[in-house]
Amino acid sequence: MSRRRSLHLAAGLLLVAVVVGGVLLSYLWLPFAPDDTSGGRLAPPGGDHLLGTDKLGRDLFTQLLIGGRIAIGTALGAVTVGGVLGVSFGLVAGFATRWLDDAAAVLLDILIAFPTLLLAMLIVAGAGASLATAVIAIGLAMAAVVARLTRVLVKQILARDYITAARVAGISWPRIVVSHVLPNIAPTVSVNLALQAGLAVLAEASLSYLGLGTPPPNASWGRMLYEAQATVLVAPVAALAPGIALVALVIGVNLTADGLRDFTDPRRSR
Amino acid sequence: MILEARNIGFAYRSGAAALTGVSLAIEPGRNVALVGESGAGKTTLLRILLGLAQPSTGELWYAGSPLARPRMRDYRRSVQAVFQDPYSSLDPRHRIGRIVAEPLRGLGLGVDQSRVAAALDAVGLPADAAGRYPHEFSGGQRQRIAIARAIVGNPRLLLADEPVSALDLTTRVRIVDLLASLCAERDLTIMLVSHDLGVVAELCQHTAVLEHGRLVEQGDTDRVLGAPSHPYTRKLIESVPRLP
Amino acid sequence: MSLLTVDGLTVRNGTGTALVDDVSFSVAPGDRTGLIGESGSGKSLTALAVLGLLPPGLTASGSILLDGADMIRAPRGHGQVAAIVFQEPLTALDPLMTAGRQIAAPIRRFRGLRGAALRSAVAEALAEVHLTDADRIARSYPHQLSGGQRQRVAIAMAIACRPKLLIADEPTTALDVTVQAEILDLLDRIVTTRGTALLFITHDLPVAAKVVRDTHVMRHGRIVESGPILDLVSHPQHEYTRTLVDSARRFDAALKRTGRDS
Repeated sequence: MSRRRSLHLAAGLLLVAVVVGGVLLSYLWLPFAPDDTSGGRLAPPGGDHLLGTDKLGRDLFTQLLIGGRIAIGTALGAVTVGGVLGVSFGLVAGFATRWLDDAAAVLLDILIAFPTLLLAMLIVAGAGASLATAVIAIGLAMAAVVARLTRVLVKQILARDYITAARVAGISWPRIVVSHVLPNIAPTVSVNLALQAGLAVLAEASLSYLGLGTPPPNASWGRMLYEAQATVLVAPVAALAPGIALVALVIGVNLTADGLRDFTDPRRSR
Repeated sequence: MILEARNIGFAYRSGAAALTGVSLAIEPGRNVALVGESGAGKTTLLRILLGLAQPSTGELWYAGSPLARPRMRDYRRSVQAVFQDPYSSLDPRHRIGRIVAEPLRGLGLGVDQSRVAAALDAVGLPADAAGRYPHEFSGGQRQRIAIARAIVGNPRLLLADEPVSALDLTTRVRIVDLLASLCAERDLTIMLVSHDLGVVAELCQHTAVLEHGRLVEQGDTDRVLGAPSHPYTRKLIESVPRLP
Repeated sequence: MSLLTVDGLTVRNGTGTALVDDVSFSVAPGDRTGLIGESGSGKSLTALAVLGLLPPGLTASGSILLDGADMIRAPRGHGQVAAIVFQEPLTALDPLMTAGRQIAAPIRRFRGLRGAALRSAVAEALAEVHLTDADRIARSYPHQLSGGQRQRVAIAMAIACRPKLLIADEPTTALDVTVQAEILDLLDRIVTTRGTALLFITHDLPVAAKVVRDTHVMRHGRIVESGPILDLVSHPQHEYTRTLVDSARRFDAALKRTGRDS
């Protein structure tokens, strides 16, 4: 069981490392300037242009690296927004009793019933398309899921005798949260956040594909897919490259999340 | 008198009574058993005695006056607890040293590693246990850790909620022996919540029988278990399985 | 011929550690046999192996013949030969099914009863475990029943198909002491009137002494001593058995002392 898990973790980390490595590389070196169209339109892969050029003559590999920045940025941004809001709200709901708790549970169920993409589209429609709006929208949708999970976990932990023991030992509620509740919900919540990060990357790509995410000229992978659509038969690499990058990152994040489960427990060394 | 419950009543929000008119006095050196079956109100009474729940009626008297919020820290320094399930009562992510030191930290007694070591020693655990995690210990050893946490601040009263009923028979004997020796050596009094009358007879001088939220009988353990006056007490005693 | 013959049973986990080590015993029809041991003794794993119900990751070797069927090499449905009652009835019962339907399921499957015949068989099963107000109980879900009622329902399910062997794994450990006494009486009566063989698994020597005739004491996966329970209790041979008996006697004696002086 844990051998399978550690294989998952290794494969996942490798995939994530390739994408993150590419993003870090992009800050130090790019094969071409992002707006350099000197290579001519729809150049085939090989030669100066590793993956060829797009229909405006921009280098595809350069675009792909820059798209990676957006993907990773979205994942980190959305997880931060969703994690902070979700855990805070879930903690409050976990401690709440009776009607307040019921109200919180119903509110979260309604929010979760909204598809992430629909919620994000509504927010983008109101606030205008930009990377920041997309990240906040995705983060808000994520917060509802994280809050619901946190609420259930908090209730489970609060029922444990070590919480009662801490109260009898004179530990205040805020310190019980910091020293007992958060450390015990952290493994499950962080695995869930990692899974959500994968979904966030997909959601941003979908929004960009629909023209609701990162506005041009920034090359989000979703936007690259959209732009490659018209020329997919003449230049399949322009569609394949962002598609493969997207799938690799999402699978990598998911495998990492799955593999992490085993490595967040003091009992693992058994 | 360490602690006295005067006419304690507790009703759920629905109005159903969990406890009615419970009066119980705990004197130094006289261990008290609270005997009863599930649903009798033992846990509710224990939560009230631990200051975790407020009684609907009646009051707790501690050190000569009714217990009030501002005296809670003082009260907790004197009254500590051990729980039934040693798997649920130790935080799996804390090392034993930190678990045992928790009352020192929470009650402003000063986190002093020598006191932690002394408490571990008193319950028969090696000093190097402090650096390990709960999952490395058996059920009986975990219960020793929980007892070490309870006595680290030298309380006068230990409220023990079914402390041995989750343990194997041979382990049960050792933990009961440990509790008895702690009473003798540390000027400690125990209130034991238990349905195991053998353990009660072994450890407690006073026995109170709780049925449906009322104390139906209380007095010297020898008298209550030896010559029970209430039919429910008699039924309890007859139900105890014995060796042929 | 015996109903159950366990010969050289060894159960190993994934790393090859023997959790049950070369255990042999047999149960004849109508026998009342105890497996006594503390946590980690391998007593519950032995019971699961007998029913071919070992959790994944554990492998059994040796031989287990249950009514002629080899439960290690060719485990087949044991439903009609043997049935088991567990410690915590709440986990053994389906929370979304009424007690009546849970008892009906094995009767329909193994005895092929339908309609009115099925209903009367369920009523009979409930009456046999002395559940008064059987109609209400049949319509109740597990969470609406008390611990003792739930265990009675679990026993009714187990005996509904008239098994030749009833395995009870710590059936009273989670119950109050007065309810425990009632359930032990009930098990005693059922195996007596039906002639069902009983394999009773417990850590509690006095409880075993109330229902069991022959017993095997297990420790660290091995049987350390076997014999009639009365002999075992009065003249324990193995040091571990002596410790067990002494522990039980301690509390017995303490209880007996009460009332002496007053």
